[in-house]
Amino acid sequence: MITLSGVLKTYSSEVAIGPVDLSIPPGGITALVGPNGAGKSTLLVMIGRLLGMDAGTIEVAGYDIARTHSADLAKILSVLRQENHFVTRLTVRQLVGFGRFPHSKGRIKAEDEAIISRSIDFLDLADLEGRYLDELSGGQRQRAYVAMVLAQDTEYVLLDEPLNNLDMQHSVQMMQHLQRAATELGRTVVIVLHDINFASHYADYICAVKDGGVVSFGAPDELMRDEVLTAIFDTEVRVVEGPRGRIAVYY
Amino acid sequence: MTALTRSHAQPPASPPAAEPRPRPARGRLFTWPLLIGLVITAGLVVLSLFVGVYDVFGAEDGSEMFAITRVPRTIALVLSGAAMAMSGLVMQQLTQNRFVEPTTTGTTEWAGLGLLLTMVLVPEASLLVKMTVAVITAFIGTMVFFAFLRRVTLRSSVIVPIVGMMLGAVVGAFSTYIALSTNMLQSMGIWFAGSFTSVLRGQYEPLWVVVAVAVGVFIAADRFTIAGLGQEVATNVGLNYNRVVLLGTGLIAIATGVVTVVVGNLPFLGLVVPNLVSLFRGDDLRSNLPWVCLVGISVVTVCDIIGRVIIMPFEVPASTILAMIGAVVFLGLLLRKRNHG
Repeated sequence: MITLSGVLKTYSSEVAIGPVDLSIPPGGITALVGPNGAGKSTLLVMIGRLLGMDAGTIEVAGYDIARTHSADLAKILSVLRQENHFVTRLTVRQLVGFGRFPHSKGRIKAEDEAIISRSIDFLDLADLEGRYLDELSGGQRQRAYVAMVLAQDTEYVLLDEPLNNLDMQHSVQMMQHLQRAATELGRTVVIVLHDINFASHYADYICAVKDGGVVSFGAPDELMRDEVLTAIFDTEVRVVEGPRGRIAVYY
Repeated sequence: MTALTRSHAQPPASPPAAEPRPRPARGRLFTWPLLIGLVITAGLVVLSLFVGVYDVFGAEDGSEMFAITRVPRTIALVLSGAAMAMSGLVMQQLTQNRFVEPTTTGTTEWAGLGLLLTMVLVPEASLLVKMTVAVITAFIGTMVFFAFLRRVTLRSSVIVPIVGMMLGAVVGAFSTYIALSTNMLQSMGIWFAGSFTSVLRGQYEPLWVVVAVAVGVFIAADRFTIAGLGQEVATNVGLNYNRVVLLGTGLIAIATGVVTVVVGNLPFLGLVVPNLVSLFRGDDLRSNLPWVCLVGISVVTVCDIIGRVIIMPFEVPASTILAMIGAVVFLGLLLRKRNHG
């Protein structure tokens, strides 16, 4: 369970996020959607304690993130930003290995190696594990980052736009991987998504963010309605029944 | 791409019970190539012991001269080579920039300023005092540079070392001005030209601090590598990024400060060595550290031996040779960077 109460972040007199009150239930995938600049990523990175808040409290699994030691939080919560341009030349396996740092503190034991291997296999990176990151395509690199976060073996996984820069095939594969992480590994995955239709199909809960506040939260079927989406995105949206669930049509 | 389509055809990979093939787990530290590297470096070090004008075998006081000059000089080569290469390595990780090292960020100039100020203000200060002041000013200077970097986010760019060199030039100019007005210009020139000629028994010993720095870097190696992945990745795995930067800067300042006081300016060493090693072995700091030290020692030793032999019976400072080699490699790196995006 992730609980936000009265979370506030002020950038200037006009621009502010919050105050936000929100409960994200454990298990499954929760997708944060909304227009650009609505504050989706800001909320996500605040939950992931990458960004401080000006007021309010955030609890993850009962731990107040402002008061819990960062090294302890790293064992229950992992977070990945969307821009990762490392100049560091690491192999996929080395990178994923650093996901074990909260547990291993650098001394990688046999059980760590097993978890690293499992994360790599989980994202189908076994053939690439010896390659350097700069030799990979954007989609492969993105999977390597997610594998690192999974190797951290945390109950909560926060991802900021993991589909960014991915083509159709890789976006679908990534969502399938995340869905399996939620169901098979029992992780609670919170992701920022741009494409409402991905959220509709893969998410268990959708959280709509607009103008720095949460405007609706619920199961996809509750949010995938003409009037709800039209209000969120300020665009004429029609929801149609597709072959695999509801689809928003907005063009 | 082939991997993707192939794996796509497979059923969803369940955690494999038995490993079908050996996985490249984090390797052992001592491998055959490293042992070979160790032997080559040791060979160079031994060679350094026996190269010089003075006939340490024939002369009556040969063994004494050997102990007074050759041994200290060679130990100084080993320690300062390792120190500067390591400093460059850590600095490049912390700034996420390949072109950064103590002499392209002003750290050396700051250490020099500290040294000069001590010589002007407290002429009778012991070597230890000079060193401490140099370490402190090196630390301040490096923090100034890092603070500057944080404000302007141009980390991945070639601008960073240019800014660093400008910063260094300003500090250097200030030092020169002080030296001029206090009539110390000549002694400053001698101090800063990184030369091992004047390394003698009784005044090189502070360099042993470098061993402690090496141990510190080795212990914190993974933290530096993670810091190199950025503040957010570091925070995600529960590291205090600022503390890691502070620790790294401290270690760099100690190494650079001590080397600057005892030996002088060793340009480009911290730049060339980590980049060479990274080319072959990537950037995992912990497993690279022995290599960086070995290559650093070898490069400095070769430069010093060349310097001793090239105009025998006179000497060229090792830093001069180093600067020439380093400048070429630096240019090569710049061009490579441009070609490879």
